[in-house]
Amino acid sequence: MAPQTSHPKVVLVGNPNVGKSVVFNALTGAYTTVSNYPGTSVEVSRGFCTIDDKRYEILDTPGMYSMMPITEEERVARSILLNEDPHAVIHVIDARNIDRMLPMTLQLIEAGLPVVLVVNIIDEAKRLGMELDLKLLQENLGIPVIGAVMKRRVGLDELRQAIADYSMVPYAPFVYATDLEYDIDQIIRNIHGDYRLSRRATALLLLQKDTDVVDLVAKQETKDNYEQLQETIREISFRRRADLHLQISLERRKVCTKMLSGVVTQAVEEGEVFTEKLSRWMMNPLTGAPILILVVYLGLYKFVGSFGAGTLVDFLEGTLFEQYINPPVVDFFHRNLSAEWLFELVAGEYGLWTLGIRYAVALVLPIVGTFFLVFSLLEDTGYFPRLALLVDRLFKQIGLSGRAVIPIVLGFGCDTMATLVTRTLETRRERIIATMLLALAIPCSAQLGVILGLLSAQPGALAVWTVFLLLVFILIGVLAAKVLPGESPVFYMEIPPLRLPQLRNVVVKTLTRMQSYFVEILPLFLFAALVLWAGKMTGTLESVINMFSPVVKLIGLPVEATTAFVFGFFRRDFGAAGLYDLQSSGLLNPTQLTVAAVTLTLFVPCVAQFLVMLKERGFRVSLMIFIFVTLMAFSSGWFLNRFLVSTGLLM
Amino acid sequence: MDKLSEQAEEILESLWVMTVEGDNVGCLLTSLKVEPDSEQLLELVRLTYVEVRGDRVYLRKEGRPEAQMTVRRHRLAERLTMDILGISGDEGNEQACEFEHLLRQGVDTKLCTLLNHPTTCPHGNPIPPGECCIEARQQGAAGIVALTELKSGESGEIAYLAASDDKKMQKLMSMGVLPGSQVLLVQKFPSYIFKVGHSQFAVDDTLAREIHIRRPVK
Repeated sequence: MAPQTSHPKVVLVGNPNVGKSVVFNALTGAYTTVSNYPGTSVEVSRGFCTIDDKRYEILDTPGMYSMMPITEEERVARSILLNEDPHAVIHVIDARNIDRMLPMTLQLIEAGLPVVLVVNIIDEAKRLGMELDLKLLQENLGIPVIGAVMKRRVGLDELRQAIADYSMVPYAPFVYATDLEYDIDQIIRNIHGDYRLSRRATALLLLQKDTDVVDLVAKQETKDNYEQLQETIREISFRRRADLHLQISLERRKVCTKMLSGVVTQAVEEGEVFTEKLSRWMMNPLTGAPILILVVYLGLYKFVGSFGAGTLVDFLEGTLFEQYINPPVVDFFHRNLSAEWLFELVAGEYGLWTLGIRYAVALVLPIVGTFFLVFSLLEDTGYFPRLALLVDRLFKQIGLSGRAVIPIVLGFGCDTMATLVTRTLETRRERIIATMLLALAIPCSAQLGVILGLLSAQPGALAVWTVFLLLVFILIGVLAAKVLPGESPVFYMEIPPLRLPQLRNVVVKTLTRMQSYFVEILPLFLFAALVLWAGKMTGTLESVINMFSPVVKLIGLPVEATTAFVFGFFRRDFGAAGLYDLQSSGLLNPTQLTVAAVTLTLFVPCVAQFLVMLKERGFRVSLMIFIFVTLMAFSSGWFLNRFLVSTGLLM
Repeated sequence: MDKLSEQAEEILESLWVMTVEGDNVGCLLTSLKVEPDSEQLLELVRLTYVEVRGDRVYLRKEGRPEAQMTVRRHRLAERLTMDILGISGDEGNEQACEFEHLLRQGVDTKLCTLLNHPTTCPHGNPIPPGECCIEARQQGAAGIVALTELKSGESGEIAYLAASDDKKMQKLMSMGVLPGSQVLLVQKFPSYIFKVGHSQFAVDDTLAREIHIRRPVK
């Protein structure tokens, strides 16, 4: 997290997909990921904004639906409200769904937070025939209300003004049904500590058994007091066991209806527009499957595969580096680095330049870049939620819900990033299964590029590789779903309207992703090059390779292939590239090539992915996944080798 | 009329499932697992509910109403054990088998009304309508059904959310899926997609079963 500053804080909150990040960008000018997929901005973005010579720190939080967090992201968002001391809280809502989103505004006001309501996407609402009287709403709510189309910066000046002018005014609490009010009062009377949220809000959250708030109260109150409070809450929750949450929700809605009476007028809706038709086609399995195939074919195969891994790599590696950059650079080092070991370190076979920079720029960048471009484009259209609902039933078989389609698809770009995104999954069980499948059976784009290049000359080998990986993915998924304890996931997801992606958003998002990829990956490339160089110089590499060679021989590969596997740990694609060399020198027959490619694809995640796994899943789980994946990779290799040799399939 | 024995009811039930719902002509004694001279079979023959010819048993016209009601009781019992009592799997089936024999003398009618005249059992087989169902339909009762029972394009008002999992229900509620909201079911497969206001949601059938809809009165 960024260092704490003394600038007044402005916190942005709201449902996913209401344009929070757009508001953030408009205010700060900086860029964070603006996504049309519920829940991809897991981290909190911070930026600054100057209004009338005063500097404010702006915080963009993950999407949240209510003050009661359910997912980890919502918990992050809520903890900011609990712990920071905001100058203003900007609640951004989608004008089209004002009746659905206003209950959270009520909760924020009720919590005693300094709320500004931004009613965004007002243009789309008008198109749907909605008329909004926001002045009246402002009067009803007693807080600043701003109508906006933030995408086009409409309402930005008013918002900046509202932030600058903000002063907290006491508000009259919204009144719920008498019996509920009585119970709330009972709890409030026992709350004596000092809380960031109002006592009324704290009481309601306590009543709803919000664990964070319960912990907070346990710390703040005296022991006797807390026990008394517990007793009161137990009594009330038992009495209201049938419908507590529901009643609170309904009461809030009643208040909202009152607040909105006269505010919204809805004209008759028009017919279905094209995007709605397209949306329906995407969600219908009969039309959705061909659309998916088209997306994979055009986006992944044609654009990433042929253009990125083919044309671009050929140009960068073949033409630019081989012909123009490499010769003078190597020559330069030759002349200036007299010591043999130093030259090896910089420009030798495993040198920083050769294995680090050239490799990252010429081989990985075009592949990962084109992949992220396609991914960002799809993300901004709102295709992924539709894909998620399409595959939910299938994913349930492997213990995941449709939601997991995002990390899995992202894994084909970069498994490390995908592992990070598994956070958006709801249960620990789902997160573990997804992490494991990513580590085992999803090749990242860099690896995929090299392996496809390796196997493309042998259609049979490519087919065996594809089928075998798919089988492993399904088999391990199904087994994991059976073996891991815990309930199977439940799927629900809001389906945002389809949008035409904005070019600028897509480009900047792609660049941001590529940048974070490079900031994290390039040092690891260099580190790997350094380790390998040291290994080669000291002879350690050789002994490690010797240690591993029996295993490699066991799965029917030549001893020389060991190097590729040792490299594979540093970068998944290093390994594959190592195989490339072996194949060019004619050391591998088709069977060996296929076995090597399969084993390497399944084999351990790269260093970066392993580190992220450690951070996200903890030491024990990560170690178990690591050991399992290694065993699985080699036993699969052994099995496949036996199978191919005995059937003579690829002879 | 004398009460049929439980085993006789089971025979009628199997006969109904195999010959009326299925396309078998009569039933092999062996597939019913009864001996030709067994007490229960003779009991049914005496009542002229069934007829035994060779190695097959046939359901007679006279036996159809009784068989139909037996099946109805069985499937109502399944609804009770699986939906209301939440007993699933083999355990649910076993319990249902015991319950069904208790659903006589109007208890089935009461249960059926309590369950709001369901039309299918949890396995998706039809529940033959009883008099209470026909009556309810004639009175034009709106009827509350799970979202899974609506057809695509049908709309209604959310009547209640069955709270089997607190967190999930809260999620639905905070997204605005609340009793009193109007919903339109857009699609049923592979996931349930419905519209509330201007928003669309997708849920799997576990959640869809917990959202109960009041159909508009026709």
